[in-house]
Amino acid sequence: MTRRAAILLGSAFVALAALAFASPRVVAADKVDPVADAKAFQNFFFQKFPNVRHEDFVNGPYSMNEDMKRQWREKEEFPPYEFALDAGKEMFATPFKNGKTYADCFPNGGIGIRQNYPYFDEKEGKVVTLELALNRCREANGEAPYSYVKDEMASLTAYMAFTSRGKPMDIKIPDDPRALAAFENGKRYFYTRRGQMNFSCASCHVQSPGERIRAEILAPALGILNAMPIYRSEWSGMGTTSRRFITCNSQTRAVPLEPQADEYRDVEYFLSYVANGLPISGPGARP
Amino acid sequence: MKRSLPIAMLLALSFAPPARAATEADYKAAYVAAEAASKEAAALRHQWTTTVSTLATARKAADGGDFDRAFAAAKEAEALAKASIFQATSEKEAWKTMEIR
Repeated sequence: MTRRAAILLGSAFVALAALAFASPRVVAADKVDPVADAKAFQNFFFQKFPNVRHEDFVNGPYSMNEDMKRQWREKEEFPPYEFALDAGKEMFATPFKNGKTYADCFPNGGIGIRQNYPYFDEKEGKVVTLELALNRCREANGEAPYSYVKDEMASLTAYMAFTSRGKPMDIKIPDDPRALAAFENGKRYFYTRRGQMNFSCASCHVQSPGERIRAEILAPALGILNAMPIYRSEWSGMGTTSRRFITCNSQTRAVPLEPQADEYRDVEYFLSYVANGLPISGPGARP
Repeated sequence: MKRSLPIAMLLALSFAPPARAATEADYKAAYVAAEAASKEAAALRHQWTTTVSTLATARKAADGGDFDRAFAAAKEAEALAKASIFQATSEKEAWKTMEIR
């Protein structure tokens, strides 16, 4: 009896020891680790382009091509987003019908806060982007929401980005499994191939930055959202982050999701977090 | 004997009935199948723009009474939708191979 008990006890100990050795590996394989992901992401680009200054990645294709960079610097003397910037400043200061303004909806009166968006709202359990926060502000004050893809929304976000220029992206991921899940969902969306062209976001912006796709030079994924919103010559106008995602999807022949779909909010969260530390450069101008 | 075989085959083929034109019923059956696959792809959030446009082409051809074209487009749309479903399914794991680590 004692011998059998000893065998049982011994077996149990061996089983527990095996579990103790095995389980951390299983957990590690599935563990979401945004800090490690961001470090690996940044290192990938820093090593791939050792001659590009780290803070220059936020300038997209201009960081990849010296000729384009020279053209861009000249263009910046009379930047094509200037009209949107002026309009955004005026809109931002104009009171709603109830007398309140956008400043009442945001910390620090909405000035110099772009680098903190998107954030994870623990009450809602979802990612909140700057565009979404602006429309929620409007609706809370009895105003109709704006289109997420251009015009007024681009002007407003252009002004808010301008007040944050040079500030390092500073996205937080709270200790909340839902926030980690949102980050992971965003990462999955970024790397997932879609559309008839069978392209993921990474196919262009990780595998081929600096290369040409037709006449365009592809921007690196690192810091790609720091310049948002952007004036695109291709669009002959301004476009928001939502517009950028929708256009990318269409170009791969994938039916785009609705603006501010959970997937878009999550991929914005992922891309912004991995660009932490790089300066806000928006509003930007692109070919 | 050896020469007679190809001649016989040629004769047999020349008397074979021509390929049957697609009917409205053929088109409708093909369209229902394509639409079902397309809805599945949309539910997976992996719809392709070409599936949607090819389904529209099928409807337009059917409206004009061209059921051959409508049937062919519906079949093509179904194939596109099924390819997008395959993409959605395989990418559930395959995306990890692209990940920067």
